[in-house]
Amino acid sequence: MKFTLSWLKDHLETDAPLDAITDALTALGLEVEEVHDPAKDLAAFTVGYVVEAKPHPNADKLRVCIVDTGSEEIQVVCGAPNARTGMKGVFAPAGTHIPGTGMDLKKGVIRGQESNGMLCSEREMGLSDEHQGIIELPEDAPVGAPFAKIIGLDDPVIEIAITPNRGDCLGVRGVARDLAAAGIGTLKPFTAAEPVAPSFESTIQWRREFPKGAEGACPMVVGRTFRGLVNGPSPDWMQRRLLAIGLRPISALVDITNYVTFDLGRPLHVFDAAKLEGGALTMRFAHAGETILALDGKEYTLDDGMTCIADGAGVHGIAGVMGGEVTGCTADTTECFLEVALFDPIRTAATGRKLRIESDARYRFERSVDPESALWGAEVAARLVLDCCGGEASDLSIAGEMPETAREVKLRADRVKTLGGVDMPVKEQRGILEALGFTTRESKGAIVATTPSWRPDVTLEACLVEEVLRVKGFDAIPAVPLQRDSALPERILTLGQRRESFARKVLAGRGMLEAVTWSFMAEDQAALFGGVPAELHLENPISADLTVMRPSTLPNLLAAAGRNADRGYPDLGLFEVGPAWRDDTPEGEDIVAAGLRTGNSGPRHWAEAPRAVDAFDAKADALAVLAACGAPAGNVQVSRDAPGWYHPGRSGALRLGPNVLAWFGEIHPRILRAMGVKGPVAGFEIFLHRIPKPRAKGGKTRALLRPSPFQPVGRDFAFVVDAEVPAESLSRAARSAEKGLISEVSVFDVYAGEGVGEGKKSVAVAVVLQPQDRTLTDEDIEKVSAAIIAAVQKQTGGTLRG
Amino acid sequence: MDDLNALRDELLAAIESADSTAALETLRVSALGRKGTVTGLLKGLGQVDPEQRRARGQAVNALKEAASAAIDAKMAALADSALESRLAAESVDVTLPARPLPEGRLHPISQTLDEIVAIFGEMGYSVAEGPDIEDDFHNFTALNIPPEHPARQMFDTFYLPERPDGSRMVLRTHTSPVQIRAMQAISGGKANGLPLRIIAPGRTYRCDSDMTHTPMFHQVEGLIVDRTTHMGHLKGCLIEFVRAYFELPDVPVRFRPSYFPFTEPSAELDIGCDRSGGELKIGAGDDWLEILGCGMVHPNVLAACGIDPAEYQGFAFGMGIERIAMLKYGIPDLRTFFDADLRWLKHYGFVPLEVPTLFRGLTP
Repeated sequence: MKFTLSWLKDHLETDAPLDAITDALTALGLEVEEVHDPAKDLAAFTVGYVVEAKPHPNADKLRVCIVDTGSEEIQVVCGAPNARTGMKGVFAPAGTHIPGTGMDLKKGVIRGQESNGMLCSEREMGLSDEHQGIIELPEDAPVGAPFAKIIGLDDPVIEIAITPNRGDCLGVRGVARDLAAAGIGTLKPFTAAEPVAPSFESTIQWRREFPKGAEGACPMVVGRTFRGLVNGPSPDWMQRRLLAIGLRPISALVDITNYVTFDLGRPLHVFDAAKLEGGALTMRFAHAGETILALDGKEYTLDDGMTCIADGAGVHGIAGVMGGEVTGCTADTTECFLEVALFDPIRTAATGRKLRIESDARYRFERSVDPESALWGAEVAARLVLDCCGGEASDLSIAGEMPETAREVKLRADRVKTLGGVDMPVKEQRGILEALGFTTRESKGAIVATTPSWRPDVTLEACLVEEVLRVKGFDAIPAVPLQRDSALPERILTLGQRRESFARKVLAGRGMLEAVTWSFMAEDQAALFGGVPAELHLENPISADLTVMRPSTLPNLLAAAGRNADRGYPDLGLFEVGPAWRDDTPEGEDIVAAGLRTGNSGPRHWAEAPRAVDAFDAKADALAVLAACGAPAGNVQVSRDAPGWYHPGRSGALRLGPNVLAWFGEIHPRILRAMGVKGPVAGFEIFLHRIPKPRAKGGKTRALLRPSPFQPVGRDFAFVVDAEVPAESLSRAARSAEKGLISEVSVFDVYAGEGVGEGKKSVAVAVVLQPQDRTLTDEDIEKVSAAIIAAVQKQTGGTLRG
Repeated sequence: MDDLNALRDELLAAIESADSTAALETLRVSALGRKGTVTGLLKGLGQVDPEQRRARGQAVNALKEAASAAIDAKMAALADSALESRLAAESVDVTLPARPLPEGRLHPISQTLDEIVAIFGEMGYSVAEGPDIEDDFHNFTALNIPPEHPARQMFDTFYLPERPDGSRMVLRTHTSPVQIRAMQAISGGKANGLPLRIIAPGRTYRCDSDMTHTPMFHQVEGLIVDRTTHMGHLKGCLIEFVRAYFELPDVPVRFRPSYFPFTEPSAELDIGCDRSGGELKIGAGDDWLEILGCGMVHPNVLAACGIDPAEYQGFAFGMGIERIAMLKYGIPDLRTFFDADLRWLKHYGFVPLEVPTLFRGLTP
């Protein structure tokens, strides 16, 4: 919403400075977005009197002028043909920024003659393209006076943001009312609304035809006919204001409708009466498929949920949104018919949205227009039409009835204090409400406020608290420190939240970078990761590559790895802790810690060569997160059934029985190819919510540590087993041989090839024996060794390698 | 006794001039070994005149000890010099780079969130959550935005397909539906869940993309419901938050009336900043920067959650996490948050050393 200061002062009697007004606007909730003061840009330009203009001694086309600036006489070399003795022009001293050229004016010597300033053309002033000569100002323009003031450009333009609830401030008068309530001046009386005496009976009548119960689409419409008009340009003052707020003047009739829209928040429309048929205009629902050529030059097809304005020949307006081109007023219009209507905000909004028309009328109707303006709007418009176009006005044609809008809302005397935090006398509260147009009375310790017709947004006590507070100013609310119920802060994170945090810290601690990627992704890529059910396809995706909710975090991380490789960074570790979806229910949203490593384990280095990343990097990452999140790490089993986007032979699942906690492995080369990512890539997905909750019993106490006083003994064994026997079952077998004594079994070598036979492999394990009660004898060790060999033989078919 | 002196000089000179441990060993054997010269002298003491035997014995023993000590000393000297020359030979170029260990980083969104939780945690808020895919009731209707409310247009909503019953799920346009879930959880079960004090961080979605908007971003929501909390508390709470978060104890703060369907009265909070010189600086200055929206919970919202608005009241606020992260850490471009550019993550990311707390300091 834009207006100028002088426009505001049409409605507001005030001598408050601009800053005070703009501060008050923002404090009222009418946030000032911009103040543009054209006078400031033009401050250096003043009225100059050309005392003498004589030909330049060394140049035919130049003149040497002596300019009286009001404070001194200055020599200026000027090339304009109209520079002459005795004229008044626009003078700019050296150092001035010239808006039309974008240059700073410098002192200079032009062909031997000093020039200390400039007489400006309209183009140089940035006012128009006119550059035939310098601007000539009227003879009575006071020398030295600011140029902006002379041409009426000294009117600051104020732009404010209007929240959707404040339709009443979409006109300058509403803004003035708020300011007056806040103590910035006095609201002037609304004289423009007084009835205009009719000189004839309207030749066109309004009708409303709605199905029973749907009359609210247009509760009331008022109009009148004008005749004997001359639809020339609108007056200068109106044009200047419209231009200042960015509207192009068109003709008096059109400009008047725009002016009233912005001045009073009352959208109007005028039809060329000569182009209407049948002496009546009807408000009705459109028939599906009816079309209209609108004022924006485009044709629109209406549906039966849209209100339209029609005569016998067809549709001439989309109610509350835009008028029709065919019946619009032109320079030839001598007779017109005025539309001052009320429309259902919701229907108007829906119509505008469907047709994709943004208009000043729609903007106001969907935020609701003062119902009473249906009547006074017809008078305001009539007065302006008669003033600007001459002619005469008919009586009013009215269809429908003014809806009842007044409501009584109660405000308890202490409510501004108990809800708003400000202790205010009832009298002051009432004063504010009255200034905003409410009528108030007191009843049983409460203010009973009756809402004005232009405030449909005020419905509850809390609304009145807001009105009182915002006029009083939120600065007046004393800040009260928030007290905590307990002396010390309590634990506020859930187990799940802490685990997400643990996962982040562990993975970042392992050298990976945390990424945050879109929750959505491309459908074809999602198909590579198990696909997405129909319910997770966005109806209105923002782009073709963000169409479905991601079933896994890996594809977005893979794409990111690809982008980084394209930028020259092929080796990296990325992870993300975030959602992935199985369905559209809250339970179908998993919080997944996913990550991947690509390329090499590190940069090339003089001391040790990096290696390609592999499944065991991903396995280590996943196990580290599981351990940090409290999974029983010793019980986690590894199975070979990771889903299809992993390398079938180099991937696995980490599980507790049937409960899969994580997948890890190298990413399937086919997936990498489809996504255009160079391998190798090893990734993991950890389902944090599937990690068992720690037992509540026992609290934070840990089991007592009983370090053995006896030295552990290490023994190595190499077994030959069938190639497909998992290393883990061999370790388990070895450990099972003497559980109380064997504290650790770790695989330190795997070999297949010459010497172990076809289809076989050799697995070497280091076994640690930890006695608790005595030092082991050779005999003891021999006994355990034999048990280990027997257990491995029995459980895996492995034999001690000879 | 002259023969002993001569032998001593000869032996000590030989020891001194020995240039290896092997040569010393040979000397030791030839002098002190079983058939060594000194050993021979000791053995020959029996033939010496008994009167001189004692004195000679002492002299020979002294010689033996002197030779032995000289050999040990020389041995140590040789070992020292051998070590020194080995160390000299095995020196390395210590200016070579150390073995690389990749350094991980946390995303600025995680860090910011941790900081926010640290501050509100001290104020007695707990952290609540809700799903990203919401139903219309939680995202709109319960928040006092009925189906045809013009305010629905304030949100560029992502929709999921219509279900057989005509309803459509949406990607939550704000974290406010978590307010509703938190209040429902209380009102449905034990009424003594009030007072309620939560923050709800999370992903939010709007169908909008340009220089300053991304289709996904993060918000944190705050909500207090009890019998007495009023706008003064709202101001107190948020002023403290802003000053703690930006770690600027005197940053100017301004509350401005605004409009949200789910609060009444509604306000926006601006902080002081300085834009002169083309660079945005938080703190003193003559400009203002909007950072969050807030207000007293609308009675219709309380009622929609089964909480009696005649008895209970409270405030709510919501802010964009990326926005306040950008302001605090000087990150210029919102879109870069979601690009996973390694250079950006390393530069703007945070070392995962500790969880921010107010008493240790927020941003490392």
